[in-house]
Amino acid sequence: MAYSNKVIDHYENPRNVGSFAKDDPSIATGMVGAPACGDVMKLQIKVNEQGIIEDAKFKTYGCGSAIASSSLVTEWVKGKSLDEAQQIKNTDIAHELALPPVKIHCSILAEDAIKAAIADYKQKRGS
Amino acid sequence: MNYFQLFDLPATFELDLTELGSRYLALQRKFHPDKHAAASHRDRLMSVQQTANINDAYHSLKQPLLRAEHLLALRGLKISHEQRSFTDPVFLMQQMELREQLEEISSSVDPDNAIMAVEQQLQQQRKVLLKELAATLEANTAEQNQQAAELVRKLKFFFKLQHELELIEQQLQD
Repeated sequence: MAYSNKVIDHYENPRNVGSFAKDDPSIATGMVGAPACGDVMKLQIKVNEQGIIEDAKFKTYGCGSAIASSSLVTEWVKGKSLDEAQQIKNTDIAHELALPPVKIHCSILAEDAIKAAIADYKQKRGS
Repeated sequence: MNYFQLFDLPATFELDLTELGSRYLALQRKFHPDKHAAASHRDRLMSVQQTANINDAYHSLKQPLLRAEHLLALRGLKISHEQRSFTDPVFLMQQMELREQLEEISSSVDPDNAIMAVEQQLQQQRKVLLKELAATLEANTAEQNQQAAELVRKLKFFFKLQHELELIEQQLQD
């Protein structure tokens, strides 16, 4: 199977790889996994007082498409409000990266990861 | 298709694998297309189809996770092609840590020892989960079957880790 140029670019030069300190109250974490392929994805967001995502980081163990999907999402969410980030759809990710049908689940994983991070933030804030 | 029925075996998770093996060979001999070379076109096609079914069934029943999936599918719980994300944060955090441990093997001072340490952990975890899986499948209530499905999902992560560990081992040997 051939990867698209955009997947290869994100795979070879992943943006925003790493972790934030978990106990920082402005940091929220989303963890998701795909049993079928064993991929694990951690996506963290740093949210300011205005509810804007200032920064994002990820760590993904999985195939090139899973890494590219999470890398792309960390780029997309920066500067977005939580509500805007909540609107990111896996189909947008799959389209942007030209993912083949067998790799659609990687984009679903990335969508679920950002949703889990937002849910974690809201829970932390008790709202 | 009920794979257990095909081999005339009870639909249970704890299966006699030696018995499965001998029944597989017997069925394979019975339906081998070469034996039906002189038969009608229709009968030959049927023996080819039957052989394919027997191979699929054997392949699925032989491996514990596929066997559990098949058993759950027979009970109306189809999980083999699901694309739902797994979201148990505690379990996933542990997976992340194990992945990090795998990553550190190649740069460790004693890689063989590091491999052994992870191997032992994985084996231990698999053993616990498989034992729990056998118990929940045996119980066979709606709730326990859901629990079994969750255990299958967790075990898939562990089988993947085992595979990754073996790749690292191979790379170090080369």
